[in-house]
Amino acid sequence: MAEAIATREAYGKALAEFGAKYDKLVVLDADLANATKTDTFKKVFPGRHFDCGIAEANMMCVAAGLSTAGYIPFASTFAMFASGRAFEQVRNSIGYPHLNVKIGATHAGITVGEDGASHQCNEDIALMRTIPGMTIINPSDAVEARAAVEAAINYYGPVYMRFGRMAVPVINDTPDYKFELGKGIQLADGKDVTIIATGLCVEPALRARELLANEGVSARVVNIHTIKPLDEEIVLRAAAETGAIVTAEEATVIGGLGGAVAELLSEKRPTPVVKLGVNDVFGKSGPAKELVVLFGFTAENIAAKAKAAIALK
Amino acid sequence: MDQCKEKALRRTAADVRLGIIEAVYNAKSGHPGGSLSIADVLTYLYFEEMNIDPKNPKWEDRDRFVLSKGHTSPALYSVLAHRGYFPVEDLPTFRHTGSYLQGHPDMKGVPGVDMSSGSLGQGFSVACGMALAAKLSGKSYRVYTAVGDGESEEGQIWEAAMFAAHYHLDNLVLIIDWNGLQIDGRITDVMNPTPHDEKLRAFGWNVISIDAHDFNAIEAAFALARGHKGQPTAIIAKSTKGKGVSFMEDQAGWHGKAPNAEQYEVAKAELTAARDAI
Repeated sequence: MAEAIATREAYGKALAEFGAKYDKLVVLDADLANATKTDTFKKVFPGRHFDCGIAEANMMCVAAGLSTAGYIPFASTFAMFASGRAFEQVRNSIGYPHLNVKIGATHAGITVGEDGASHQCNEDIALMRTIPGMTIINPSDAVEARAAVEAAINYYGPVYMRFGRMAVPVINDTPDYKFELGKGIQLADGKDVTIIATGLCVEPALRARELLANEGVSARVVNIHTIKPLDEEIVLRAAAETGAIVTAEEATVIGGLGGAVAELLSEKRPTPVVKLGVNDVFGKSGPAKELVVLFGFTAENIAAKAKAAIALK
Repeated sequence: MDQCKEKALRRTAADVRLGIIEAVYNAKSGHPGGSLSIADVLTYLYFEEMNIDPKNPKWEDRDRFVLSKGHTSPALYSVLAHRGYFPVEDLPTFRHTGSYLQGHPDMKGVPGVDMSSGSLGQGFSVACGMALAAKLSGKSYRVYTAVGDGESEEGQIWEAAMFAAHYHLDNLVLIIDWNGLQIDGRITDVMNPTPHDEKLRAFGWNVISIDAHDFNAIEAAFALARGHKGQPTAIIAKSTKGKGVSFMEDQAGWHGKAPNAEQYEVAKAELTAARDAI
């Protein structure tokens, strides 16, 4: 079993690591530094970490102001508050002027766990996708989270980065791993169906492929770490070559990765798409690992959805 | 302030007001009331107070201004145009399809606009971020922001007030354009945000109250703000909504309405006469 690390842990470590290399990097938090892990950065660079208190709307706009003066602010809080409470600040003060603000949103999705529905943000991908010029990254493991942070630093423009609370297996610690903003990664080839997964669904997608192989079904697996801009080429190729698509994301089935893929394919290459996600319901309290099973983010369920997609061919 | 300078500022402010009327009339929409109330303060800021270079609007050591009450963009555009950032002749294109003079300030398209704004409550926080950036980088530039008195009903205003005091942003000046009116009527009737002075002092601010149409008072207030260390300064600028156009003065109805042709001629004649009398 691979080592399991929460992407938020990797995020905090990456900030601390890249803080040394990029002197314009500054970090804002809203009284959650211990949870978002920006305290890892704070320990190394206390003079470049600003707690904004429990005031997320102000924090997003302060980040906007810092960015106009050449700083690269990472504004961190839970995904619920970053994309929900402060949506309009992100839209109007960061998105509209296309400012160089990075939003480090942690505790995304149902794997927040025990805190329950009020804090389980399944809507953030959909919300952020509606903002013109917003880049959305949802890393699948600690390796990808680190790479995504550096890619975001080196890209000029607003970036929404989605991190999880629950530890997830490291799957990208390979010598040839390369993170390219806006480029999906084909992790395994297949000819009958493609599983397009993001975030913590990528690892069970790989196991789903093995389950399917045992039944004689050949599944391709694509990791989409950058949901916007979507790598259209890799999706269209998967549709053309495998003829059926399953999307898997720890987020609502409305407007997220599944929505993006379906929108693209319906216009450019109509192909059966089965979406695995949170089915237009609120989350629930419980240990994250139990919720993963309850909401169906398992290899078994992904494999079942893959067969359902094939049946639609 | 010597009389010559004061007269020159008043003449410039009258020209700025004429530009506001020109913009709003030709747009057949826009917000004349709050534009006219902030016109003198903006004139002083851009013609006297701020360290800026209209030929180099993105100069990194410049002082910054954020119009948090972004709906009064006609005032900002008119001041910027008269200060030489772009042609005064462009003001009548305001709010027209294809014009760079968008309904609310757009930093991407308008030279001299330091921040896109318009959704109330946000610009003040952005100004806090700019002031923090100056502190962080050891630069001496100052940051100014104008908030409407009605706008202060937004909760985010008080988040920003807390932030600026907490981080001792003494390079930040908040101007509250206190004209006493908002869309639905008197601020004290709609949702009373007063007293601003006591509230801001309690939040840790240096507070100065002035007549927003007295250039001597405006000058003195900005000088006091510059000399005050350790705390941000708020200037509560008691103004008259619609200042300078008789039928618009102190009327909530002129918050967001353009004059018709007849009213336009009256407004222009009044402002021109006032300028010529200086």
